[in-house]
Amino acid sequence: MSDIYKGYRGEALSLLKAHGVRVWSDVEVQTTHGAFKGIILPRSETADDKHIVLKLRNGYNVGITVATITSIKEIGYKEAHYKIPEKEFPYDPAKPRVKLFGTGGTIASRLDYRTGAVIPAFTPGELYGSVPELADICNLETEKLYGVFSENMGPEQWIGTARAIGREIEKGVQGIVIGHGTDTMHHTAAILSFMVQDSPVPIVMVGSQRSSDRPSSDAALNLINATKTAAESDIAEVMICMFGPTSDQYDLLHRGTRVRKMHSSYRSTFRTIGDIPIAMVSRDWIIPLRDDYKRRRSDRNVKINTAFEEKVSIVYYYPNMKPDIIDSLVDNGYRGIIIAGTGLGHVNKPLYPALRRAREKGIAMYMTVQTLWGYVQMYVYDTGRDIMELGVVPASNMLPEVAYVKLGWALGQTTDLEEVKEIMLTPIAGEITEREPHNGYLIYQGGIPEVERFVSSYWK
Amino acid sequence: MPRIVNYGELKERDYLEMGFMSGLEIHQQIRTEKKLFCRCPAGDYYEDYHAEVLRHMRPTLSELGEYDGTALMEFKTRKEIVYQLHRANVCTYEMDDTPPFELNQEALDIALEVALLLNCNIVGELHISRKQYLDGSIPAGFQRTTILGTDGWVPYKDRKINIRQLGLEEDACRQVSDRGHRRVYKTDRLSIPLIETVTYPDMRAPWEVAEVAELLRELARSTGKVRKGIGRARQDVNVSVEGGTRVEIKGVHRIPYIPRLTHFEALRQWNLLELRDELRKRGVTKETLKSSVAKAAAVLKNTNFPPIRQAIDRGWRVMAVGLGEFKGLLTFPLQPARDLASEISDRVRVIACLDELPNIIHSEMKDSPLSSSEWREVSAILGLKKNDVSVIVWGDDRDSETAVGEIIIRAGEAADGIPNETRQAFPSGTNGFERILPGPDRMYPDTDMPPVPLAEERIERAKARLPLTPWERRERYRKLGLSREIIKDLVTDHRAGLFEKAVESLPIKPSLAAVVVSQMMKHLQRKGFPVSRLADGSLFDLLRLYSQGGFAREAFPDVMKAMSADGKSPQEVVQELGLSQLDEEDVEEIVAGILKVYSNLEPKDPVKKFRHLMGVLMAGLRGRTPGEKVASTLRKAMA
Repeated sequence: MSDIYKGYRGEALSLLKAHGVRVWSDVEVQTTHGAFKGIILPRSETADDKHIVLKLRNGYNVGITVATITSIKEIGYKEAHYKIPEKEFPYDPAKPRVKLFGTGGTIASRLDYRTGAVIPAFTPGELYGSVPELADICNLETEKLYGVFSENMGPEQWIGTARAIGREIEKGVQGIVIGHGTDTMHHTAAILSFMVQDSPVPIVMVGSQRSSDRPSSDAALNLINATKTAAESDIAEVMICMFGPTSDQYDLLHRGTRVRKMHSSYRSTFRTIGDIPIAMVSRDWIIPLRDDYKRRRSDRNVKINTAFEEKVSIVYYYPNMKPDIIDSLVDNGYRGIIIAGTGLGHVNKPLYPALRRAREKGIAMYMTVQTLWGYVQMYVYDTGRDIMELGVVPASNMLPEVAYVKLGWALGQTTDLEEVKEIMLTPIAGEITEREPHNGYLIYQGGIPEVERFVSSYWK
Repeated sequence: MPRIVNYGELKERDYLEMGFMSGLEIHQQIRTEKKLFCRCPAGDYYEDYHAEVLRHMRPTLSELGEYDGTALMEFKTRKEIVYQLHRANVCTYEMDDTPPFELNQEALDIALEVALLLNCNIVGELHISRKQYLDGSIPAGFQRTTILGTDGWVPYKDRKINIRQLGLEEDACRQVSDRGHRRVYKTDRLSIPLIETVTYPDMRAPWEVAEVAELLRELARSTGKVRKGIGRARQDVNVSVEGGTRVEIKGVHRIPYIPRLTHFEALRQWNLLELRDELRKRGVTKETLKSSVAKAAAVLKNTNFPPIRQAIDRGWRVMAVGLGEFKGLLTFPLQPARDLASEISDRVRVIACLDELPNIIHSEMKDSPLSSSEWREVSAILGLKKNDVSVIVWGDDRDSETAVGEIIIRAGEAADGIPNETRQAFPSGTNGFERILPGPDRMYPDTDMPPVPLAEERIERAKARLPLTPWERRERYRKLGLSREIIKDLVTDHRAGLFEKAVESLPIKPSLAAVVVSQMMKHLQRKGFPVSRLADGSLFDLLRLYSQGGFAREAFPDVMKAMSADGKSPQEVVQELGLSQLDEEDVEEIVAGILKVYSNLEPKDPVKKFRHLMGVLMAGLRGRTPGEKVASTLRKAMA
């Protein structure tokens, strides 16, 4: 019943009721600032109760201050039906079968008036309606696993997704695409790299940094490239497929355990850390940048291991950190701690007793680096040696978030700290590498002449 | 019969009879330090650039679930958009790689002032909308825009011109080039705040449109807070005639072009309506139009016409399109030197990106580049009948396919009358197709920005500080006895407020204050003195010092030059230049001294002698004592 006043509350709601009008009423409003004509739109639930929103005839929306309104007259009613045009996705027996799982995110989306944000739309028909190019690549099937923003993805969703992947592979799908919000896409990519092992087909995670309700969205291109990778590439790994440069040119395929979101808003936000990406992909080609990836196979054998212990945390060290931070984790029953230490892997002395206590309580502790690039090396300084003595294990060049999900996965399988260590330090999906290539660490420092020359001669 | 009439030949009543209606959308950059949604400096343009970014645009659904026609048309063009970026005034916001920052409050205050001057109804809460532009002129694919006021008016002649809305929005990119499938833009102009004033179609003759444009420009300038210069204000002009359609002529930079442009657009619509009636007489409608398409490369393989020769050599397609019952109509005149075939050629150029002209030929051309036997063969492969015509177009597979589609669409639209279009202005006063006219479906709420409340106190405060409108000012200045010439300058001068304050509070002659504030400032500026940096406060001090007898009127330019060069107060300058007023005794002493020195001066003629001595005296006394005083003292001394 209150649904005819979508989002309105307080003063604004009383006003609508008093004048016998509702959302989608076409109205004439008299105010102390003159008259306005338009359709009453729903209001965002987080907005104040001092205004009502009108869509004017010219397409603009305006807010009218409740206190200035002297009368509202309904002259009609026009409810909007927002729908992405749906067309049946064509079937071509010659094309590979690709499965698209949805977890949320805005590959295809529509406006949600209540929150003022965008919500996803998803069926093959809707996708074909908005990205018809997909039909040139594959026969697409879709399944909505979850409808959550990426910050709400967690162990339950990771496990469910891993199992769904297993089921599809057993059914003989030729590639899998997973639509995902970008914020925690690299966490999900990492855990899927551990939970889904020896996949015979590509598993490609994709999202967008500009929602598909914008003409300049990266969603369509990312989706096309991810689908092409799933359908055609011979790379049978968990990957993230997102913009390489900020220009609309190609996507990069990043290994699921070596990738990180590095910019809060750029399209080209994902970067392979401590290594180089696996390949470049565009509408017309897939160019491998290395050849040490796992190849596509024609069997349907895949190992799914969804063990996970949730009582694991990351502690991002900062100068003057107090031991009570560690103590509180111990006291709250945490079983694993990943430390993101400074430099080569350090924390301050006052933390030592707390770490010793944690060790005595049987908590698994691993050291990673907050520099993100580079290896942990705890022999160079005495501090490092002391910390190792206290039972903190160096985790090589595993990224902090990757170490976090891997430790959860390892502790889910065993309580024996030696077995956990064995799992943690044995590379399974490229999370630890033996060598860092000399062209891996390239954070171009803008401003210096060489970089400016590069930027001025190539599309950014 | 179609008519081609030059501008100037029609009278007011002719336009009334035609049902001429025209409205304006005026885009005027405002003078703020920073851009509208980011902290880049606003205002400067650059010819060089440091980086380029490539983007494509895709149409998206409107808020109400529709695709906009313009958006779909732009998508058909498959343009690659390249943006040139300069470090000084483009950040990641303009490139749509960073979400918007808070709306520029300085810009909001200026827009509010103009909305109030236009007598608009002011909204209570600003909702930022996205207005889609798929031509690439904005990297995001949409312009952030908002409305502050609706339904205002300005007085014009003995009536009101109604204002539909006053909006605040970000400016778009400057186009550098547009060739084939690549369009290049400079991003320096992007996101500079501008106000958009939209009138109702209340103008009834071409010259009225120009006069109202001038009036609105004057109003904006009278705030002293808008940018001046080429391209800082641009007009879109809407025109329709009775039975016609609203057509928009885009981006007119100079107001004097408007009358001719609107005249020829009205003419075009008039003629298109005639053409429609003729097609209907022949039984042709958009739905029943009989068209046929055939590949024509084989029958034209020996042609001497170079464009088709080249096309065949490049391996392109040559396509022939038959249009049923169009005999004699492709050359139907619409404007001077433009006919229906020109309209078709425009569509092919813009949408299929076939921009080397000629891009089509047709069987009705006077000096046809094909032989009659070649046309006969084309006719044969299309299976044409006696009253049918053919159009030939060439291009690569995809472009020629798009072109064939557009030829048929445009021919069909001729049977409907006047397509909804945005058109570009040509220097001759005629116009050409630019894009399909966008509708309200291109508006979408900006989900990145929360609504911005416009508090009552803020509106009241703005009302209280509102400057006079130009028409109020003109009236007032006339009463103060200013000359017509000074009034014209002062009305749009952003220092007019200072003038008014000076006249109200200082014992100074209005005409002198006006000359100093407006004309003298402009004159010194033109001569290269940086007087524009003088704040209103220091100019007021200057006028006050003068009115207290601090220096003589002749010294104004020298004091102003020195003030602007050294940033000193008028008191300091007057002191340093030795311009302090001499008292009567000093003057008498100097005059006596000079008379002694020149006691033997020839000629004896007292008038000539007086003039000569005045020259000598004023060379030393200019600015330190009024000329009249020197003259009277000298006259007394000589007597």
